[in-house]
Amino acid sequence: MDYVIEMLGITKSFPGILANDNISLQLRRGEIHALLGENGAGKSTLMSILFGLYKPDKGIIKKNGKEIQISNPNDANDYGIGMVHQHFKLVHNFTVLENIIMGVETTRRGFLKLDEARKKVVDLSHKYNLFIDPDALISDITVGMQQRVEIIKMLYRDNEILIFDEPTAMLTPQEIKELMNIMRDLAKEGKSILFITHKLDEIKQVADRCTVLQKGKYIDTLDVADTSKEKFSELMVGRKIEFTVIKDKAKTGNVVLSVKNLTVKSKHSEKPVVKNVSFNVKAGEVVCLAGIDGNGQSELVYAITGLEKVTAGAIELNGKDITKSSIRRKSNSGMSHIPEDRHKHGLILEYSLAKNLVLQSYYKKEFQTYGFLRFKEITKYANKLIEQFDIRSGQGAKTLTRSMSGGNQQKAIVAREIDKDPELLVAVQPTRGLDVGAIEYIHKQLVKQRDKNKAIFLVSLELEEVMNVSDRILVIYEGEIVADLDPKSVTMEDLGLYMSGAKREEKAV
Amino acid sequence: MNRLKKWVNSPRFSDVVASVGAIIVGLIFGLVILLITNAQQAFPAFFTILKGGFSGGAKGIGEVLYMATPLILTGLSVGFAFKTGLFNIGASGQLIVGGFVAILVGVKGEALGSYQWIVAFLGAMAAGAVWAAVPGILKAVFNVHEVISSIMMNYIGMYLVNMLVVEMVYDKLKNQSLIIKETAELPTWGLDKITQGSGLNAGFLIAILFVIITYIILNKTVFGYELIACGHNPEASKYAGIKAKRNIVLAMVIAGALAGAAGALMYLASTGKHIRVVDVLANEGFMGIPIALLGLSNPIGVFFAAIFIAYITIGGFYMQLFDFVPEIIDIMIASIIYFSAFALIAKNLIAYILKRQKKKEKDKPIEEVKEAKK
Repeated sequence: MDYVIEMLGITKSFPGILANDNISLQLRRGEIHALLGENGAGKSTLMSILFGLYKPDKGIIKKNGKEIQISNPNDANDYGIGMVHQHFKLVHNFTVLENIIMGVETTRRGFLKLDEARKKVVDLSHKYNLFIDPDALISDITVGMQQRVEIIKMLYRDNEILIFDEPTAMLTPQEIKELMNIMRDLAKEGKSILFITHKLDEIKQVADRCTVLQKGKYIDTLDVADTSKEKFSELMVGRKIEFTVIKDKAKTGNVVLSVKNLTVKSKHSEKPVVKNVSFNVKAGEVVCLAGIDGNGQSELVYAITGLEKVTAGAIELNGKDITKSSIRRKSNSGMSHIPEDRHKHGLILEYSLAKNLVLQSYYKKEFQTYGFLRFKEITKYANKLIEQFDIRSGQGAKTLTRSMSGGNQQKAIVAREIDKDPELLVAVQPTRGLDVGAIEYIHKQLVKQRDKNKAIFLVSLELEEVMNVSDRILVIYEGEIVADLDPKSVTMEDLGLYMSGAKREEKAV
Repeated sequence: MNRLKKWVNSPRFSDVVASVGAIIVGLIFGLVILLITNAQQAFPAFFTILKGGFSGGAKGIGEVLYMATPLILTGLSVGFAFKTGLFNIGASGQLIVGGFVAILVGVKGEALGSYQWIVAFLGAMAAGAVWAAVPGILKAVFNVHEVISSIMMNYIGMYLVNMLVVEMVYDKLKNQSLIIKETAELPTWGLDKITQGSGLNAGFLIAILFVIITYIILNKTVFGYELIACGHNPEASKYAGIKAKRNIVLAMVIAGALAGAAGALMYLASTGKHIRVVDVLANEGFMGIPIALLGLSNPIGVFFAAIFIAYITIGGFYMQLFDFVPEIIDIMIASIIYFSAFALIAKNLIAYILKRQKKKEKDKPIEEVKEAKK
């Protein structure tokens, strides 16, 4: 068999964790090969080894049957291996063209020869149907186009092995469809693609074969066409997974959160980013705010939770005006907040897991006496949450949070915020970057809170999550709520149209 | 043995090794300078530095600890602010206004009787706290960078104290502050006798007390939890409902009080130190910065760093015996600080070496390696 890349018997350990345990992966020429696994299954570690970011403890890498050594990303590039990272590595105040050629500029006597580069870039973009504007600034273009820039970057370097690290996480449904087509075209042209994901639908759509990892161990490599979604998820998690969130009809109660004519100005300019928005969230329902990233969701949430000032309008919690209350006041009157950015807001990475789990409650009686922290109680409480929410880490409660995997960091935040048993839970992308097992768990927790007659305000960019979990969908576009929908009677395509501003409900305020 | 292994693998170990490494490299650098300036005397001089304060026997030890006393406190002052994410470069000004208030009470407060030194001491802390509160409030309310404002406060403090000394407690003949009353002097509690007539007094014990207090505040209290949280991640602290502004002001106030206390302990010693009316910022204040760096802002680390700096500074006084200028010690201290600023690099290097050693164990099954780590 014609393998372009083979990783054989790869083993890599980090302190306390065996990230890759004797894993083998064989990539055929011209195939799309998915790499599937939960968070912490070792996908990123394996790809980082292939890209030269880590050195394996054991095992060899072969290209076209010959053993090679990859000790840094430049080596990887020389062997034709390119990678689109989950978070793009682009310089925002450079143009598309400048970003593409950066690092491999053709020069004459120290001066850039942009014309040749431009021609090559334009040719590539035509050949693979990767529409881009070479002269646009990165900061001005959409996430989808930024991703195309990253892809052209790899092609410009004549890479033939392309690694995509969770490429669909940031995209709209239309953009995802486009990306799938691009990937198929690339494979047709003879490029070999490694596609890291934990979304089974996408694997079913584009991948030829799929390698499944579980907790650092190799499980199997399967032909996608012969394997069902259910089978894949079972292999990945090690147990059966329910895809659709099972829930009864919502029994709504009183209005818990009421937002009236809320306007929030942008930090950088006088322009409002949230424009005269009004809505209610009742006890016992999950209301989901859907929209494409950057349409005012973050600012709306910041205003509700108190991280940013309200320009105009009012916010009420259980009938009490909390527009101007402090964050601590809001938190104590029954609001929990799973923040969008876990590193910026959610955690203090230099603190231990235990200290982070009491970040919202360290000052309460259970955890302090006369201003002294009760470390015994804190550790006991942390261990309770760690067990209950299955938060995995190297050294338990005293693990430095920075050293934990992203998924487990997220679980820690979710555990902390849900355990407060809040009247209103504001959850912003609570499952971002998590695997199906963890997503299932968090969705169940959200529904459980709902069934305990709590109000949930969910902000999500994932359409599937929006459709699955919510009882009501609000669509936000350019700072305005353009639709108030019932998830049972709306199609994904329609929702996409509302989100992109192509359609709007007149009755919605 | 297992405990030792655990400690060796902890991040604290590489911290300590990094600081000690910086000291060794700094000393070697000093030796090179000695060799360049006067090769013949270099080695005897170098050993004198290493012997440092201890060449004077018990008295020498006493002198080292006496000299370290204000350094411990200014080191704590800077280190405490560092932990909160603030750079208190104004310890010098806080120290001098504290010192002035201590002298003022010490000269004029006879009526206080045996409480005089205590009042003088507390007054000095209050003065230092007020001095540091100004940059703290400017930072919290107007977002003025504390480095700029506390440098300004250093100069304002120095000139103001010069002026006030001349107006209120001036010894014209010597161009310095007046001698404080005996009841204002720090008690010695026999420490001078134990150390055979050194200047050591209760101040050293007070400094130890403050080391313990700051350690407890930072590591054991809700307040310390909030302060360090603000230092590491102000955004997340805000999200957790911590009042960052209040904490910035409080952290500066405490840092200032510590520096003010340093001033009191300097000028209330029975050895008769005076504020000289000259336009020079108090060096003890600035030494707080390298000491906090060398001690990695940890109160206990600061304690040992201060003693070490005092130790080699006293060693430096003997340099003249070998035809060297005592400033050679300043160069050594400076290079130690330089290298301790590279501590991060050293830390990574140590971590790398430890990892390499661990790799040798890699052929063992992983469970065994895990066991060994415990």
